[in-house]
Order: sequence, then C-alpha cells, then structure tokens
Amino acid sequence: MDWQALWLTARLAALVSTILLFISIPLAHWMVFSRRRWTFLVESVVSLPLVLPPTVFGFYMLMATGNRSPAGRLWSAWTGHPLAFTFEGLVVASVFYSLPFAVQPVAAAFAQVDPTLREASSILGASRLRTFLRVVLPLSLEGVIAGLVLSFAHTVGEFGVVLMVGGNLPGVTRTISIAVYDHVQALQYREATTTALFMLVFAFAVLLIVYGLRRRPLAAAPIA
Amino acid sequence: MTLAVLLTKQLNAGFALEVSFRAEPGVTILFGASGSGKTTILRGVAGLTRPDRGRVAIGDRVLFDSQTGVDVAVPERHVGYVFQQLALFPHMSVAQNIGYGLAALPRDERRARVAAAAESFHISGLLERRPDQVSGGERQRTALARALVTDPSALLLDEPLSALDYAIQRQIMDDLRRWNETRRLPVLYVTHSHREAFALGDRLIALEHGRIVASGSPHEVLDHPALAPLAALAGFENLFDATVTARHDRAGTMTCLLTGTSTELEVPLGVAAAGTAIRVAIRAGDILLADREPAGLSARNVLPGAVAECAMQGATVVAAIDASGTRFTVHLTPGGADTLELRPGRAVWLVIKTYSCRVAAG
Repeated sequence: MDWQALWLTARLAALVSTILLFISIPLAHWMVFSRRRWTFLVESVVSLPLVLPPTVFGFYMLMATGNRSPAGRLWSAWTGHPLAFTFEGLVVASVFYSLPFAVQPVAAAFAQVDPTLREASSILGASRLRTFLRVVLPLSLEGVIAGLVLSFAHTVGEFGVVLMVGGNLPGVTRTISIAVYDHVQALQYREATTTALFMLVFAFAVLLIVYGLRRRPLAAAPIA
Repeated sequence: MTLAVLLTKQLNAGFALEVSFRAEPGVTILFGASGSGKTTILRGVAGLTRPDRGRVAIGDRVLFDSQTGVDVAVPERHVGYVFQQLALFPHMSVAQNIGYGLAALPRDERRARVAAAAESFHISGLLERRPDQVSGGERQRTALARALVTDPSALLLDEPLSALDYAIQRQIMDDLRRWNETRRLPVLYVTHSHREAFALGDRLIALEHGRIVASGSPHEVLDHPALAPLAALAGFENLFDATVTARHDRAGTMTCLLTGTSTELEVPLGVAAAGTAIRVAIRAGDILLADREPAGLSARNVLPGAVAECAMQGATVVAAIDASGTRFTVHLTPGGADTLELRPGRAVWLVIKTYSCRVAAG
C-alpha cells in the first residue's frame, strides 16, 4: 500500500466534498426554485463533466490553471507559485469535475419537497431563508448526504483529470488511482492488487451507504 | 373586521375568475364544484397567486391593489391558511408545528401560546408526537391550531374537513366557532359539500365558472337554486330529466313526463311550454311513504312503487324506491322505517307535494 498516496487522496476528497457541499446547496436551490428560463443552461454546464472525456476536461482545466490564462496568472501573482501541477490546482479541478455528483442528488431532494409545505411556511411568516433552513433542508438531508458521499467517492476515483492537471508528483498530486496505474506500469502486481482491493471495498461501502439511505421511507412525503 | 375581495384572474381552465364580495366576521362559505375558482380566491387573498387585477383588504389594511401597486409579501399578510392537504411539517412534532409561526416570540411565551392553542383544539396530549403518529382529525386540529395561534386577521380554510366523518367535522367546527366568538375573524371556508355548507356557514357565496351566481344565507341560496347545476350540488338527491306534457295555468301546475319512464309528475308552473325539456329536483327528505294508497290528500303526486334497497346511513334510513321505471331516493327516520316495516320488495306509495318539486331549465 502506498500510504502517502492514500493520505493525499483522503485529504483531497475530504476537501473537495466539503467545498462542494457549500457550493451545491445554494446552486441546487437556485436551479430548483428559480423561475428564470435559463436555469437549463446552468444545469447543462454543471453536468458537462458527466459526458466529457476526463482527458478533455483535464486539458481545459490545465489550460485554465496554467500561467497563460488570466485565472492562472492571477493565482501566481497572489500566491507566488503556479496553480497547475499543485495540490491546490488538483482541488480546483476536482471541484469542477465532481460538481454534478454533488449538485444532482441535492437538487433532486429539494424538488421532492412538497411545495405546499413551503407555502405554509411562508404564510406563517417565515422568510425564504427560514423556510429553506427549517423546512426544505431538513427534508432533503438524505439528498445532501448522498451528494457528499458521491462527490467524495468520485474524487477518490478520478484518474484522467488528475493526470492532466496534477501530473504524478508523490505527496503533491499522486493520488491512489495514479498509484495503481504506476504499480501496474512497474509490474508491481502485489502492490497493485492490495491497493485495488482496498479501492473495491471502499467503493462498495460507499454504494451501500447511498442505496441504504434511499431505501428508507422518504421523510419528504406529504402528510394528508 | 371585514375582508373585502375584488379579484380578476385568467385561469388555465379557460375561463376567468371575476369575483367581488365582502366577508364579515363569522364563517363565509365559498361553495361550488371543483374548478369553479374557490381555491384561487383563497390563494389570491393569501398572496400565493397574483391576481391580474383587483383589490384585497382586511379592515383598512390593504394587502393587494393593482391600481396603486400594493402587493404585500406573503409572510407579512398575517392570514391563517389551512390547506386541503394540511401541509403539516412531517419532520416536526405537533408542538413545533403549532409554534412555527411564533418564531419571533421568546421561548416561554411561545410555549404558553402553543399550550393554549393546543388546549382549545383538544390536542394537548399529542404535543410531542409527529403528524404521522396522530389521527386524521387530530391532524386537522393541529393545522387549525397552527394557523390560529399566530392571531391572524383572517382565516382561510380550503376544504379542511372534507376527509373526516360528520361527527368529527361538527366537533372541530364547534371548537373553531368557540375560538372565534371573542376574536370575530372573517373566515372563508371553501367546500363543495352542501352538508358542510348548511352546518357551518353563516353566509354562503355560490360560485360557478369563476363567477358568483348567488349569495345569502345557506338556506336562501341552496333552497332556491336558479340553475340546474347548482340544484344538483345543493343536495337534491333526486334529479330527473323531463319533458313538459301539459300546462294547467289555472291550477298553477304543469304535468311532466320523466324521460325514459312512464312516471308523470305535477310540478309548479314555470315559464316552459308543452314539449320543453326541463329538469326536476326533489329532496330525498321531502318524499313521504305510505304503506297503502292514501286518500284525501292535497299532494298531487301519489305513485305506487316498491322498495329496492334500504340502508342506515348515520341516523337516517336511506331507501331506494322504484316507481314505474323511476328510482327515487327517500330519506326517513328509523322510527318511520320501522312503522312501515320497510324492507326490499315491500310495496309502498310515494307522496310528493307539487311544491317539493323544483324545476330548472333542461
């Protein structure tokens, strides 16, 4: 087992899923409850990583974080080092790449909350924020947890984007999926087997959590 | 305080809602078939649906006025609303549901108000339960307490009791009346059930296709339906298509033949020439039964028939009587049914006064 790569991957995934939690909740709220007609445009952009080849996505991220792009130059000027091929660069790329996995379960959960509950809250004097915090969010907790778990797992499992944006720097950008690839390339099958088995157990555990949550009767069902 | 409503709104159903009325303190029934615009009126008052034009005011507080551009936000309107599906928060206890609208109050005062409201609606023992752990009637009581604990300036009820049996409906409405005795709120109560309308309302507004077709006391409106669709709604259990066969202008009656049968009825004279299609409506409680042919009656309609079915519904015996091809529904008391020894197959005579027959255009 490559403990360094495992630790790096855990840090990356924890950071990315936490950041995504704070992005996905307001974004999903806007997508579900906004009356604007172009929400579909944002939905499409958010879902782009689902259909784009990871190398293509990684290529664009590399271009965007490199020193030739305005964002990359801004980052360099601010921190003194480039964004590409760093841990921070990997975090930024992973946030975009895992965004649909965080947003979609949350948006689906928000959309399932009975609209009359929001109307009832509003009539009882609650602001939109209070309605959201006291009614919509508690009834969507399963979706939020699913989003958190899925974005964590997806970040753990990404390969192409990491390779494009981060390269393969031990302790900096070398994640566990890269490590497996390296082991195989170096014909270290024993290490590859242990790491791969670990990933298999991990992935299965994640899916158990997600589907286990879904089996519970939906708390958002309206009570008549 | 009085709730004054003037609303115009184009509805998806393809007609426009156009109403103007005042609801005084007490219960005003909004009565009509589903799709007649009742719920849209409530939503317009609460601010959930924006009218195309109009004005909504409670006392001198204007909530909406399309001319001056006033449109008070929903949370600031201070109206109570009980949804048809109740919309209780499923993840909160009964106490948290009732106290939801009191967030601005200090904890102790909130708790006291919740306890008082729960007591008024007889749910004090259920405060810690969740809505899915109490009965249907208790959920209705919770929804009412939640709406009223905030001291709203009007109460809007969208068929809140239609799913409950009659006895529980009456109890809940009695509690609501008692609660409202001192507060004198205008209460708008939407229903399509004539029984609820009679039992609960001080005043009734009948709606059809988005317009007010009649208003007054429930008895004034529902006992004299101007139109056949309203008659059907107003609880005339017997409603027949018929054709006028003869007019008896001096006697003040006309004879009509019920369509598809050989039953002839004498009904009050109306503006209908012989050969015109009409509808005849008779209340089940207005038909008398006799076990032999009655003689010396003023009633013009005496028909031989036989009992087809006979069943208890609450405290009423409901009998279906077949007479020359027509099935009549008759309501009578259990005592009356016993005296006649009513059972399927028994021969009886139906007695119907001319003026118990209401006539509307066919």
